[in-house]
Amino acid sequence: MARSRKIPATKYPVERFTLDNGLRVVLTPDRSAPVVGVAVVYDVGIRSEPEGRTGFAHLFEHLMFQGSENLEKLAHFRHVQGAGGTFNGSTHLDYTDYFEVLPAGALERALFLEADRMRGPRLTEENLLNQIDVVKEEIRVNVLNRPYGGFPWLKLPPVMFSTFANSHDGYGSFGDLESATVDDAKAFFDRYYAAGNATLAVAGDFDVAEATAMIRRHFDDVPARPAPVLPDFDEPGIDRERRDTYTDRLAPLGGVASAWRVPDPIGDFASYLPFVVLAEVLTDGEASRLIERLVQRDRSVTSIGGYIGFMGDEFGVRNPTALLLQAHMPPGGDSDKVLRTVDEEIDRLVQDGLTPGELERTQARIATHLLRDTDAVLGRALPMAVLELQRGDPGLLNELPRLVGEVTEAQIVTAAATLRPEGRSTVEVLPGAGS
Amino acid sequence: MNAKSLPDLVPDAKLKLPKQAERTLASGLTVIAIRRTSVPLVELRLRVPFSKAALPRATLLSQALFTGTGTMSSIDIAAGLQAVGGGLSAGLDPDRLLVTGNALAGGLDRMLEILASVLTDPAYPKSEVATERDRLVDHIQVALMQPGHVARTALLKRMYGSHPYAVQTPEPEQVRGVRPAQLRSLHADRVRPNGSVLVLVGDLSPEKAIDAAEKALGSWTGPGRDETVPATPPLEPGPLLLVDRPGAVQSSLRMALPAVPRTDPQYAALQLANLVFGGYFSSRWVENMREDKGYTYGPHTSIEHYLAGSALTVAAEVATEVTGPSLLETLYELGRIASLPPGEEELEQARRYALGTLRLGMSTQAGLAGLASIYASFGLRLEHLREHSAALASATLDEVTAAASRFLAPAKAVTVVLGDAEKVAAPLAALTTVERDA
Repeated sequence: MARSRKIPATKYPVERFTLDNGLRVVLTPDRSAPVVGVAVVYDVGIRSEPEGRTGFAHLFEHLMFQGSENLEKLAHFRHVQGAGGTFNGSTHLDYTDYFEVLPAGALERALFLEADRMRGPRLTEENLLNQIDVVKEEIRVNVLNRPYGGFPWLKLPPVMFSTFANSHDGYGSFGDLESATVDDAKAFFDRYYAAGNATLAVAGDFDVAEATAMIRRHFDDVPARPAPVLPDFDEPGIDRERRDTYTDRLAPLGGVASAWRVPDPIGDFASYLPFVVLAEVLTDGEASRLIERLVQRDRSVTSIGGYIGFMGDEFGVRNPTALLLQAHMPPGGDSDKVLRTVDEEIDRLVQDGLTPGELERTQARIATHLLRDTDAVLGRALPMAVLELQRGDPGLLNELPRLVGEVTEAQIVTAAATLRPEGRSTVEVLPGAGS
Repeated sequence: MNAKSLPDLVPDAKLKLPKQAERTLASGLTVIAIRRTSVPLVELRLRVPFSKAALPRATLLSQALFTGTGTMSSIDIAAGLQAVGGGLSAGLDPDRLLVTGNALAGGLDRMLEILASVLTDPAYPKSEVATERDRLVDHIQVALMQPGHVARTALLKRMYGSHPYAVQTPEPEQVRGVRPAQLRSLHADRVRPNGSVLVLVGDLSPEKAIDAAEKALGSWTGPGRDETVPATPPLEPGPLLLVDRPGAVQSSLRMALPAVPRTDPQYAALQLANLVFGGYFSSRWVENMREDKGYTYGPHTSIEHYLAGSALTVAAEVATEVTGPSLLETLYELGRIASLPPGEEELEQARRYALGTLRLGMSTQAGLAGLASIYASFGLRLEHLREHSAALASATLDEVTAAASRFLAPAKAVTVVLGDAEKVAAPLAALTTVERDA
């Protein structure tokens, strides 16, 4: 039934240049819709925050919206939305992004706004205290006041990793957040928010020459400051299985998540990419191996998902990172049994290989997901800014569907063979609701 | 420090609608195909009228729609779709069964073929249905622990009373009782082409895509059942309903206010009034509650449209200790916009936001598909974007002021708070009459 199908590709043009202050710029024009996406990405994330300051990278992201050289508090939001646009930012393990999507005629305004805060945010005691409160409410919404909050992205790293950088809670403890100071924020900006530590990407409906002139007009006078040396966060892998358990007082049912280290996503991309495909072979859709076995046949889980990178950003994370499997279980679920079955299925894959068509259909579906994401201007601007920042290769976005399609069965089997029980870190959430 | 000035905006080009075609098939199925060739994909949305279908059965049907046909197992269906880069899923709202999917552009025919088989030859196999039933029950159990879900459930009951919209999630026990034969019978009775709308968007030729749909879905026939839902009852404000959630670190504040449908002459003015009040980040309520007071992270309001009526809802998760003050600020901002005209500049800012985000929303295949499908289920077409843009562009300050006083007056609000009653009852009672959940 399934036959090999040619995987289509995109051909978004890519223009790159670097300003004298070190800012790396990517332009990817496409005039099919009258909108633009602007992304600025800084090479600092959760892993770089200092000890005693958990959650600081994210708190600082909030402070970047609180006004800057020429902008009062609230002005950034009003100028973007008053131009018919939307905005946001997000903090990842290895980078922090800021972005806008706007009608094409607002491009220069967005560039002005990003350049202004790249020169320096207004860091005041009042804004800091306000945003500490806002971040605490964000943590309450996403972690403390709901079932499975932080499962597994905040719960697994401390089981799996040993260093502070890799294992700490990226949302931060309330104690650490409350002790953050304006001086901390100034030091963080000075150290990490240099133009030479950032990339800017613009996607959508613009003329390259005009956009280049606008970028020069607004960013050329951002002072050059030295970029920090990129830290190596690598740490040794584990030598025997690790496991932890906690009770979630809001969870009515149990869950379990496991993670295995994978090759360096950047230094060893050729070995890494098969893991991206493997995660989908295992869990993408009802016909995938683990869903067929655990959900449909055994009914030992109600859902299971697999992905790479604790935040699901498989092409925006550096070493060390992991392939994760996370499952929710029915009443009376048995996590040991679930893990044994996962082992069994991985062994079966390693011994018997894939079934006819299994790899091709998984690759076709991954291609759809990748292509679909790039249809939005932000789905080009953001990943290209990150790919430029981490790899100097924004054009990789065009290549991903094809590269995914070139992964072979032998590579999948080799990748699967590394997912051994002794290399696994597991966290189980026990249902605490009603008890 | 060198002062720099904000660059001007280049005015938007005229709104351009994509190339499209439409045909109503002999079966009564309307097919709309829209061309956007940006990526080599196709998006699919199918909305089937489903008003008044028994909720436990309808919900499980939506969960189990792809569990098997006369010739395909659930795995055959999923693998067949995957082979063309495709996927289909189903959902339910109080008016419609909704099928959502996408595939590589070259896989359109195959996706339609599989969809046709699911629609015309469903099996609802016993074992697969049992699995989906258990999953659904577990899913509802988890939802019952989600504050957002519990608060919304309470709000819907207060808004709609005995109207069918009052309950939108079945009880776990009701779901446990649903049998495969009941799904087969509900499917035969209600999953019908007449009145249904299929939307296809992507790298396609509109006429050819409609031909493909006609060919694949030609065997999907049979009369649709007309189930008209009575108009929603007017909101009855009454006391604030406090639902206890012992130990909650946040309270979920919810309000419902009246609204009008998209086609109402006052709708554009209402949308703008809502934006000025709380409908986007740069609104009075969000700036006050979040950026000034730090009470909450993501407060938001929205206008929800159902076939039988529209409503404006207000939602914020606030720290338990500031639950009273949060209600105070919310009542204050509602009272302010209902009593005093907005400023010229804040109206213009809201207007530009409404007009701009409308363009952003139609800039992707998925955005166009969602928009066209939602519009179609209310009898509208993408051309409505032009009329709506014109209405947004021309709404006057007086009209927005009038809409605000008609729709955003706090005296008209139905209010529900889910939170730790022991801690929040007294602060709330200082501001309004509070009624406890029985």
